[in-house]
Amino acid sequence: MPLDDLYRQVIMDHYQHPRNRGTLGDGAVSVHLHNPTCGDEITLQLAVEGDVVRDIRFEGIGCSISIASASMMTEAVKGKSVKDALSLAESFHRLIRGEEEDEEDLGDLEALRGVSKFPARVKCALLAWNALERATRADGERQDETNH
Amino acid sequence: MNLREIRNDFPILARPMNGRRLVYLDSAATSQKPLAVIERIARYYREENANVHRGVYALAAKATDAYEGAREKVARFIGAGSAAEVVFTRGTTEALNLVASSLGRRLVEEGDEIVITPMEHHSNLIPWQQLAIAKGAVLKYIPLRADGTLDMADVEREVTDRTKIVAVAHVSNVLGTVNPVKEIAAVAHRHGAVIVVDAAQSVPHQPVNVSELDCDFLAFSGHKMCGPTGIGVLYGKRRWLSEMEPVYYGGEMIEVVELYRSTWKETPWRFEGGTPNIAGAVGLGAAVDYLMDIGMEVIHRRERELIEYAMERLAELPDLEIYGPAADRRAGLVTFNLKGVHPHDVATVLDAEGVAIRAGHHCAQPLMRWLGAAATARASVYLYNTEEDVDALVAALAKAKEYFTHAIG
Repeated sequence: MPLDDLYRQVIMDHYQHPRNRGTLGDGAVSVHLHNPTCGDEITLQLAVEGDVVRDIRFEGIGCSISIASASMMTEAVKGKSVKDALSLAESFHRLIRGEEEDEEDLGDLEALRGVSKFPARVKCALLAWNALERATRADGERQDETNH
Repeated sequence: MNLREIRNDFPILARPMNGRRLVYLDSAATSQKPLAVIERIARYYREENANVHRGVYALAAKATDAYEGAREKVARFIGAGSAAEVVFTRGTTEALNLVASSLGRRLVEEGDEIVITPMEHHSNLIPWQQLAIAKGAVLKYIPLRADGTLDMADVEREVTDRTKIVAVAHVSNVLGTVNPVKEIAAVAHRHGAVIVVDAAQSVPHQPVNVSELDCDFLAFSGHKMCGPTGIGVLYGKRRWLSEMEPVYYGGEMIEVVELYRSTWKETPWRFEGGTPNIAGAVGLGAAVDYLMDIGMEVIHRRERELIEYAMERLAELPDLEIYGPAADRRAGLVTFNLKGVHPHDVATVLDAEGVAIRAGHHCAQPLMRWLGAAATARASVYLYNTEEDVDALVAALAKAKEYFTHAIG
C-alpha cells in the first residue's frame, strides 16, 4: 500500500497545525480517552447550547493519524446539531472500515479514507470520534439531570 | 555452522512483505518458527495424537511419552534438578500468575513486603500489585539508575526481613537491561524471601541455568524461543512446588476425588488441570532441540555482535533517541524514538519497507512513564537476523525521517 494513500497532505497539515486545540472553561463536558494498546490519549471538551455544538476543543498526544483525525473532527462538528454530529460519526466509522460508498460527501474527512487500508491504524483514527460519542452521551445525561 | 544459513530454516522469512524482503525485527514479541518445529507439531498430530496420562492403548502411551519427553528436554535445557520442577503453562503470564495465586496468597500477610522493579512487564507487575492489595502488603520498587540499570546497593536497601517475595525480569523487554539475577537471588535468600524471575526475554537468547542462578521460580514462553504459542514454563524448586496448592481444579490433576474432599497428584501434574497443550509442549521440545543443536552460547554471541553493530549504525542517525544502557550491558533489543515522528508513524513507514518493528508501550506503562515517553519503537534481533537486516532498519528510519520532514514541508 503506497504511504501517500495514508499520509495525505491535508492530514499532515492538520497534524502539524491542529485546529481547536486547547481547553474550554468550566461548564464544558470533558472526556478523557486512552488507547491502552498504544498509549495515545485525548481529552475532548464539548460546549453544547440547546442542541448545537457551540464549541469543541481537544488536547492529546498521539500519532499523525490520531491528532489529524481529532483536529478534523472538531472542525467538522463545530456548529452542527448533536444529532448531525453523531450521524457524521457513524458515517466516519463506515469510511474508516472501508464500507462507505461515495454517496455522502464527508469533505476533508475523505482524506482519512486511506486509513481503511492500514488496519493497524484504524484505532488511531477512531479515538477522537469515540471521545465525541462519549462526550455527547455525558452531555445528554447532564441535560436530563437539569431538566428533572 | 554458518549462521547466515540459519535464515533458511525459517520458511516465513522467505516470504515477501509489502513487496519487499521481510526484515523481521520483532522477536522480543514473538519469534519465527523453524521448519523443524513446524514439522514436529504436524508429525505429532499425524502420528501420535491421543490424550495423555489416561489411555491404556499404545497411541496414548506414545502421546504421553512425547509430552513428558518434552518436559525432560526443557528441564535439561535450563539446568533444572528434575523434570518434576518443570510445570507447563500457557506462557510466562500464566506461570507468574500461578506463583502469585498459589504461593503468594499463602506466604504473604498484611504488612509484608513484595519487592519488584519499575522495568517489569505488566505480567510481572500486576499479579504482585493485586496480591499486595488483597493482602494489605507493601509493594516496593527498586529504583532504576538513569541508564535503566539496577544498583545492587538499592537492592540491598529495599529487600528487608519483611520481604516475602522478590520478582524481577532477567532481561527488560523495553530497555534490554540484563539484571544481575544471581546476586539479587542471594540478597533475597539472605532475608528469607522467595525470588521469582521473569525470564521471557532471556531464556530464548542466552544460556540460563536455574541451579546456577539459584532462583526459586523462573518463567518463560515457548513462542519467543522458536516454539509455538500457548505453551510456556514455570520452573520451581521442588521444595516450593510440592507444598503449593493447585490453582486450576479438574481432570488430570487429581489423585483421589471424594464427594466432599480431594487430593492432588504430585508436582508438576497438580498444576496442569485439564487436557494440556500436548502439541505445544512437543513443539517446545523440538524448539529446545533446535536451539541446543546450534548452542545457546553461539546464539548469544551472535546477538551481541548484531546489537553492537545496530547500536553503532543507529548512532549515525542524528534524530534518534535511544533508551536503556550501553551496548555492552544490554540484550538483543533496542528501544528508540525518532524525534518529531510518532512511533506509530515510524512503524508504518518501516512496514512499507518490509521492516517489522514494535511500536507502543510494550506492556510496560510504568516504565514508559519513567522514560517520559507515551510510546516508543523497538527493534529486537534473534539468531536469524543479519547485518543486512540492521542496514535495512537504518535505511528505513532515514527514509521515515525524510518522508515526514517532506510531508510536513
